[in-house]
Amino acid sequence: MFDLMSKKKWFFVLSALVILPGIISVAFYGLRLGVDFTGGALLEYRFEKPVDKNAIGQIVAQNGIEVSSVVDSGSNSYLVKTQPVAQQKVNQIKSSLQDKFGPVDELSMENVGPIIGAETTKNAFIALVLASVMIVVYLAIAFSKVPKPASSWRFGVTAVVALLHDVLVVVGIFSILGHFLGVEVDVLFVTALLTIIGFSVHDTIVVFDRIRENLPKYLSKSFTEVANISVTQTLARSLNTSLTVILVLLAIFLFGGETIRWFVVALLIGVISGTYSSIFNASALLVLWEERLGH
Amino acid sequence: MKPRVSLWFIVVLTVVALWINLPSSSVLPGWVNVAGKKVSLSYLKLDRWRVPILGRELNLDFLSPAHLMGLFPVKLGLDLQGGTQLTLQTDMSKIDPADRDTALEAARQVIERRVNFDGVSEAVVQSSKLGEERRILVELPGIKDASAAAELVGKTAQLDFREIPASAYAEATKSGTPVIYYAQPTGLTGADLKKAAVTFGQSGKNTGPEVSIQFTDEGAKKFADITKRNIGKPLPIFLDGVPVSDPVVSEEIVGGNAVIEGNFTSEQAKNLAIQLSAGALPVPIEILEQRSIGASLGASSVEKSLVAGTIGIVIIMVYMAAYYGIYGLLADLALIIYTLVVLAIFRTGLFIMPPVTLTLAGIAGFILSIGMAVDANILTFERMKEELRMGKNGRHALEAGFARAWTSIRDSNVSSLITATILYVLGTSVVRGFAVTLFIGVLVSMFSAIVVTRTFLRLLPRFRK
Repeated sequence: MFDLMSKKKWFFVLSALVILPGIISVAFYGLRLGVDFTGGALLEYRFEKPVDKNAIGQIVAQNGIEVSSVVDSGSNSYLVKTQPVAQQKVNQIKSSLQDKFGPVDELSMENVGPIIGAETTKNAFIALVLASVMIVVYLAIAFSKVPKPASSWRFGVTAVVALLHDVLVVVGIFSILGHFLGVEVDVLFVTALLTIIGFSVHDTIVVFDRIRENLPKYLSKSFTEVANISVTQTLARSLNTSLTVILVLLAIFLFGGETIRWFVVALLIGVISGTYSSIFNASALLVLWEERLGH
Repeated sequence: MKPRVSLWFIVVLTVVALWINLPSSSVLPGWVNVAGKKVSLSYLKLDRWRVPILGRELNLDFLSPAHLMGLFPVKLGLDLQGGTQLTLQTDMSKIDPADRDTALEAARQVIERRVNFDGVSEAVVQSSKLGEERRILVELPGIKDASAAAELVGKTAQLDFREIPASAYAEATKSGTPVIYYAQPTGLTGADLKKAAVTFGQSGKNTGPEVSIQFTDEGAKKFADITKRNIGKPLPIFLDGVPVSDPVVSEEIVGGNAVIEGNFTSEQAKNLAIQLSAGALPVPIEILEQRSIGASLGASSVEKSLVAGTIGIVIIMVYMAAYYGIYGLLADLALIIYTLVVLAIFRTGLFIMPPVTLTLAGIAGFILSIGMAVDANILTFERMKEELRMGKNGRHALEAGFARAWTSIRDSNVSSLITATILYVLGTSVVRGFAVTLFIGVLVSMFSAIVVTRTFLRLLPRFRK
């Protein structure tokens, strides 16, 4: 058995070291929001040969559209980000690009009005809050049989603190990535966050389930000792599961293509953080809480 | 269930899932290379099967491979097969509140007719109400020129015939503006049309595409009247307030047939005919959101996801076999069955719901659920090891391992199901695709870990005593 719980302060310090820079970045730079949230257009064109991306920007701007950026997305494709565009203008842009550079293939286009952007942001936020609340309630019910003086609500609340930890880690890192690498967050990022919530709780529950089972078995032992036993017993499972999920995500990261690459990065960070937080934060926090209460 | 019974159940389930997942024989190559030898696959392409019975030939064609394979194709989302998705906002400000729902439905039908006239297969046109907002969602799969399609959907298509008052000529000469700007509506509009079609000009002057129109009885009367009083004068035709054709009336036209000549390309003529036939939109609409994916990008996404998914599954299988030995191999077998069953559910919707439309995010959700399926196995194996270490013998260790692992499998999966449900209810179409596959995946993973893996383990000699 490992005496992990005596080192709980260090676990909190490590989490803080990861989370604080992220929070500072969020406070100063915020997240780099994609067109899904802000409204705007993303037009991707492929040409027959490489072209000057500044020239593309100029041609689009000549059609009276404010261009935010033009990015080379590989194999003669270019991604143009602009303000929301009226439908007729899209056709105009395409034909003026065709006039200048020859045959153009419209790979993809995404044109999001500001109304939709605002709705997406609102729904994403509601989903995050609602999911957290439902999980606390579910855990409080599922763990209602834990022997006193432990309380099922403390299990629920610490599980949610652990999931907020994971959300903060991912959001913070993406804020930093957004500032330095220009990585934008989109609807898929929200999906990733919600998946991470699911995974984080999934992981935490496995550890908590063991504590719930062990509490009546070791009535003479303190809560801290029971937590230590439980974490040690579930360690192999936690690491094995996370490793398989991480291996799968790595496969998608390497072979899954450009479109979902940052989505997979978010999931990878979240899964690693989720494994860490379920072992070292959720349980440690629960122990801290129970110790304060003198159990 | 007794192990033997559940084993048979699993075998039957696997065979059915395998059959549902068979590709259509038409996509198979004629032969494959096996160790340098050509092996013919032509027997898979047979579509005839006649059996002579009592001197008569019994038609069993429906049992031939070509008829039994590929009955349930995977339904791919627009991001994978290419296509356009539009969200349209209707402007109801000029419509009486009581009539707004009717107007929305009428607009939806007009758009649906336009899309169908254009020959888009499997297009989906839905109306949606969000508070006071009334919207129309359009999905056009497999469209090459997405922008043109969006334009076709969004045009108001208000056609009207205008005449030029006698006084206009003098004013036009004085001000220097073309006379057409003085045209006045005649009251003859697109509403008076019975149908419109693309024809090609017969006369020497115009041989290009034209749109021939046929008026309703009432429209024909109006048209005869108007042409009668405008002989020798132009009768410009306006579409959405823009002149498209400026014919000169040579004689009174009775019978209600006319031709709109213009400098149309055949594409333009076709679109105009579609818009006129399908009718004008009862309300102005605005495109709120448009997402188009080119077919080539979609195809490469499918290819990459398939590769990534396969590699991911193989890595997991190797890992499980290496770490858990024979247990791991059995878990791998369960994982293959799991994958077949989930894909079969995607393809058929279990015949109780529509088939699942697979999107890129949906594939991600599915792959994630594979991780959760493996987790359930890992949980039980770790539990069994503990029970064995504590000195329990084979059979008891197995059953205790499963019983103990069940509560954590249940609670953790229920929380995943809660998240998936919330995602589905609140999410946009991208997020919904993810939520559905995750939900189905998690449900089947519980079945796979508890029923399939356990049945296999119970058959091992070491667990039978």
